[in-house]
Amino acid sequence: MSAAETRTARLAISSPDAAPLVEIDGLGRVFDLSKRWLNRVLDGSGKVMLTAVDGVSLSIERGGTYALVGESGSGKSTIAKMVVGLLPPTSGSVHIAGADIWAERSLARQRQLRRRIQMIFQDPYASLNPRWRVGSILAEPIKAFGLAADAAAREARVGELLSLVGLDPRDSAKFPHEFSGGQRQRIAIARALASEPEFIVCDEPTSALDVSVQAQVLNLLRDLQQRLGLTYLFISHNLAVVRHMATRVGVLYLGRLVEEAPARELFAAPKHPYTKMLLDAVPDIGMEGVERPSIAGEIPNPINPPPGCHFHPRCPHVMPQCRTVVPPSCAAGDAKVLCHLYDGADHAGTARSAP
Amino acid sequence: MTDAIRVKEEQPGVLSRILRSDLFYSFRRSPITVISAAVTLVLILAALFAPWIAPHDPFDPASLDIMNSLLPPQWTADGQAGFLLGTDDQGRDVLSTILYGMRISLAVGFASVVLAMALGVTLGLIAGYVGGITDTIIMRVADVQLTFPAILTALLIDGVARALAGPQAYEEIVVFVLVLSIGLSFWVQYARTVRGSVLVEANKEYVLAARLIGLRSSTIMFRHVLPNVVGPVLVIATINLALAIITEATLSFLGVGVPPTQPSLGTLIRIGNDYLFSGEWWVTIFPGITLAILALAVNLLGDWLRDALNPKLR
Repeated sequence: MSAAETRTARLAISSPDAAPLVEIDGLGRVFDLSKRWLNRVLDGSGKVMLTAVDGVSLSIERGGTYALVGESGSGKSTIAKMVVGLLPPTSGSVHIAGADIWAERSLARQRQLRRRIQMIFQDPYASLNPRWRVGSILAEPIKAFGLAADAAAREARVGELLSLVGLDPRDSAKFPHEFSGGQRQRIAIARALASEPEFIVCDEPTSALDVSVQAQVLNLLRDLQQRLGLTYLFISHNLAVVRHMATRVGVLYLGRLVEEAPARELFAAPKHPYTKMLLDAVPDIGMEGVERPSIAGEIPNPINPPPGCHFHPRCPHVMPQCRTVVPPSCAAGDAKVLCHLYDGADHAGTARSAP
Repeated sequence: MTDAIRVKEEQPGVLSRILRSDLFYSFRRSPITVISAAVTLVLILAALFAPWIAPHDPFDPASLDIMNSLLPPQWTADGQAGFLLGTDDQGRDVLSTILYGMRISLAVGFASVVLAMALGVTLGLIAGYVGGITDTIIMRVADVQLTFPAILTALLIDGVARALAGPQAYEEIVVFVLVLSIGLSFWVQYARTVRGSVLVEANKEYVLAARLIGLRSSTIMFRHVLPNVVGPVLVIATINLALAIITEATLSFLGVGVPPTQPSLGTLIRIGNDYLFSGEWWVTIFPGITLAILALAVNLLGDWLRDALNPKLR
């Protein structure tokens, strides 16, 4: 184990408190899609607001992997950007180890917080600056956070990072275009590790990769998690990948977290009708030749979402109150479900018997 | 020993990298480009070494003889040895004045392109990266300026400087005024191009990754974004060099550029223009041909660079 590795690992072990590392509370983001003021006055049109994320609360244990799944447009990436500090939330808060990343005013403390949160991006062809050598790309965070004493130490650390992700230290002299997609993603992972973070947000880290390479990158992420004690927020629309990686899963629908449960439980016994629908749609080799229910309808326009429960136009169990009342967060076993079926103990029985 | 060889292979010299690059290949493949590059190079070298090449020093009044004025080129019947392309109204050797005049034309051209580029690239980067009201202000100013022809902007700045400085001081600062007026009239194109590229680049994930580290916006703009938008800028700069040289010539031709005592190509053409109809064609034709060749060669180089850097045309 290298020196830096032990340093990161010790960091993770030194605070073995039971409190979750990351706490997201009531996170919301509204985008203003209105036309310019003058055009609005001339056209007589009002403001157009898009609620991308609506009151999402979740917490991630130290060393855990929390997976967020959802269709495109469900707000996954918006949450990722707010959690890492790239996009200010409209409401709610993000705490890492007790510190609110959006409330911190002092620039020095803000940088210190940012160092602990890093991100792995979706497209390894866009996330590495094509004009920079790999060595400079990896050295930049080390330089920015002052993590190496001098140029020689920095270079040594770059080599160490490259071997950590399974590349040759001599690769630092090359340009990103000399690597394959999987290798580029390894470089991106090495860059995320360069600032010695505790928490890494992975925004669909394998969706741009060849299927044959996806597993390698996922295994690398898991291996690094064990060795460095990392905590992941894993964003994906691929349920197979999520099943492989996650300890806890949250399902997003139009910006709302409709179901949240330990991964095993979610896949074994999905509660929310939307989750059931998603899991039914997963291709399965054993199901060949069997007629399967297709996903009914499409995700509605987020600018003008359906009232009440956003899912009610597609829901097979729709009830009158679903059309008007936003469902509260209901506990069902270890899971939290945003559905009227689980609202109150008296409904619990009917819910369980529902298909 | 083997290690040393490997290191050598991994780190090829700059020259061999250039010789092996795609750009050089496409350069070599195009005879027109090679010719225009050679012509441009010869003209630039001739201008640089004018004091050594030119047969006479046209700026030294002692060497001028009014008896030699308006001599036709050497090969014509009335031509005189020593004045290859003839002489102008003050007895200056046309070939020498062209060589010296090219120095001013090229110097003003290069300097104004550099000024326009620095200004346009910086403003374009800021407009594209910062966005919002800053972007609106910069780009509306650019739009307004685009409605005026470049030559009009240059004339305006030139006129203001002339009025402020007075005729005596003006002659001393005229070259700087020319650079300023041409530079300020050409920045818009750079700003627009760079802003467009920045809008594309700034949303790429490598910029997000840099923001994640907490780098300052200026660092991200100049170290991350700028290297990825310089391609089109170089193309515009090459084409603009020809335009700037022509603009300088136009200003000088209109009489608001450099004075006849230290003529540029444009001044020479204007001087000769007065004698065109009295039969002394050589005074204006030769500087004119030089200007045309220079502008054409630089323009062809710019066209080639634009096509060579455009991946869609490969």
